[in-house]
Amino acid sequence: MAHISVKVDGTSYQGEVEPRKLLVHWLREDIGRVGTVVGCDTSNCGACTVLLNGRSVKSCSVLAVQADGCEVTTIQGLADGNDWHPVQTAFKECHGLQCGYCTPGMVMAAVDLLSENPTPSESEIREGLEGNLCRCTGYHNIVKSVSYAADLMSAGPAKGAK
Amino acid sequence: MIPVEFDYVKATSIDQALAALKSGGEDSKIISGGQSLLPVLRLRMAEPSVLVDCGGIDEMLGVRDDGDSITIGAATTHHGVMSNSLVQKHALLLAQATATVADPAIRHRGTTGGALAHADPASDIPAAALALDTSFVIAGPGGRRTVAAKDFFLDYFTTAVGPDEILVSFSIPKCDWGSSYSKFNRTAQAWAIVGVAAVVNVQGGVIKEARIGLTNMAPTAVRASTVEAALVGASSPADITAAAMHAADGTRATSDLHAQADYREHLARVITARAVRAASGI
Repeated sequence: MAHISVKVDGTSYQGEVEPRKLLVHWLREDIGRVGTVVGCDTSNCGACTVLLNGRSVKSCSVLAVQADGCEVTTIQGLADGNDWHPVQTAFKECHGLQCGYCTPGMVMAAVDLLSENPTPSESEIREGLEGNLCRCTGYHNIVKSVSYAADLMSAGPAKGAK
Repeated sequence: MIPVEFDYVKATSIDQALAALKSGGEDSKIISGGQSLLPVLRLRMAEPSVLVDCGGIDEMLGVRDDGDSITIGAATTHHGVMSNSLVQKHALLLAQATATVADPAIRHRGTTGGALAHADPASDIPAAALALDTSFVIAGPGGRRTVAAKDFFLDYFTTAVGPDEILVSFSIPKCDWGSSYSKFNRTAQAWAIVGVAAVVNVQGGVIKEARIGLTNMAPTAVRASTVEAALVGASSPADITAAAMHAADGTRATSDLHAQADYREHLARVITARAVRAASGI
């Protein structure tokens, strides 16, 4: 077993983990952050995307022990109290989901995309989300959501709140 | 699936990593970003006894200017490489190839040196490394050695890096030629069915010299040397198309569920012409 210390959604967690434990399993099973889901378990679908030290990663493709000393942000850490993150608001307003299974990963990938490129074109959004699969929507409303989120964020944080 | 049980060593220096590899014996494996290794571990296609994590070794991180060349630490992530200003200025082809690897989340974790040492024939990085005349610094129990690109890729998933050795860094002579990485695949984030890495020196509208690397046309990335020779003196799109007809010469393309060998040969000719035209502006 290895000792790890990871800050998740602003709270510090310590724990003993088997080195083989995947970060997504540690988040869900050991500390109860079940907002992050396991989709394909093959690194393809991106449903398990979280931010590791501020950048998007697929948490099924990172060992929990590799996250020692890092900061993780999950979908559950995006909102500020009752105030949603603008990307969350945009996905609701534009109905950027159907079954919702890919949504936690889509939202986190979109947050990362917008942090690097605050005004993406439609093709840049599609390119930026290429690591996230949705089997319901055909992506149209997801792309609209990200574009709307960019508008909300450039208009200032207050307009992005619920 | 869950990987098999293994021990984990977080190395902070090359010497510590080499010692951990040695004490772990033949079933020890190096990990840094893990974007190739973790899928294999989850499928239990690999069952290492020890993973030696080289992702936090300072010497293996970042890009530095060495005068005539730039040196890239092997554990620098794809994202770190493609967004680095030295790479964009002096080895643009590498940035272009790296930007086509997988997707943004994987590029945030996966390392360019890891992709080179893994040597998947469908990986985009080896062809670019060949075209850029990259050299590789390998550390082992007996010290360090430098290996030229032509001697680095030995076979399918096999490089000059021995089981008790570590790829520390790779160096690229500064290159201001026009460049392009063109790849053919059918879906987002898919591996290249065929890819072509081209750097071209054009003077007065005439190609003086070209270096072309091919992805997935043999068990390793290969140089398209017949095309390179045929491109010297080319000055029109027709010249380039004629030279690119040699792109499959001497290759050993395989057939798999993505493409038959003869289709890969066809793609190599078409994509080579596209890459050279994009790189040369002709």
